[in-house]
Amino acid sequence: MSTQAIQKVSVIVSRGSLEGIYPGLILANGARMEGIEANLFFTFFGLDAITSRRQNRIKVATVGNPGLHLPTWLGALPGVSWLVTRMMSRRIESLDIPPIAEFVQLCADSGVRLFACKASVDLFGLKREDFVDSLEDVITVGEFYEMAAGGEIIFT
Amino acid sequence: MTTIRLLDRELEVDAEGFLQKPEQWNEELAVEIARSVGITELTDRHWKVIMFMRDTYLSTGSAPSIRTLGKTSGVDVKELYKLFPKGPAKLAAKIAGIPKPKGCI
Repeated sequence: MSTQAIQKVSVIVSRGSLEGIYPGLILANGARMEGIEANLFFTFFGLDAITSRRQNRIKVATVGNPGLHLPTWLGALPGVSWLVTRMMSRRIESLDIPPIAEFVQLCADSGVRLFACKASVDLFGLKREDFVDSLEDVITVGEFYEMAAGGEIIFT
Repeated sequence: MTTIRLLDRELEVDAEGFLQKPEQWNEELAVEIARSVGITELTDRHWKVIMFMRDTYLSTGSAPSIRTLGKTSGVDVKELYKLFPKGPAKLAAKIAGIPKPKGCI
């Protein structure tokens, strides 16, 4: 069987937690670094990643997140989410991975096209001016499929 | 590890053609490698990135990330992609005669 190199990826970011947003950004940026065409489609709480007033306040989910190995009652205490987020952000920075706002801009500068899901934008009552300038457009799911045609779709 | 013959010299490269011994590199070779990846002319801006990659690798032991490249090489990320459309960090490393960058960023 011959394997053909991937030419294009469209990455969907659907979650609004730190650990929910980074994988999609890393996949899109990593695609561009390999010369692969890349789109990012932000839907539901994933919209926080491109919402100007929220993108610097993204937190790690410390409740209902078994991978964190933290008892649920502890994760729910005031300040714990803040603390865990701060610790993780420091580790991320030490690996030369940018904070979310800078990372979104890095993706855009690298040629990743950024889109927001129209249904989610309507649901949350958001407007174009709520988003970062590098957002290309607010599009429907149908338009997303058109844009993704001929490439791989990755849901995160 | 394989060897290739370029400009009448035997060079050690990995499976993707990255030089394994940076000391085997010279500027003439860079021009040849650039041609092989579709960059027909190396401008001053290309050289700025190539030499930054090489100097960083030789002094720190690892190639810079795209983030560092955009912030400190003197060429911003948008221009980096114009100069090296198929991936600035990867292509500049190849042309600079250093091993392929290992990071995800």
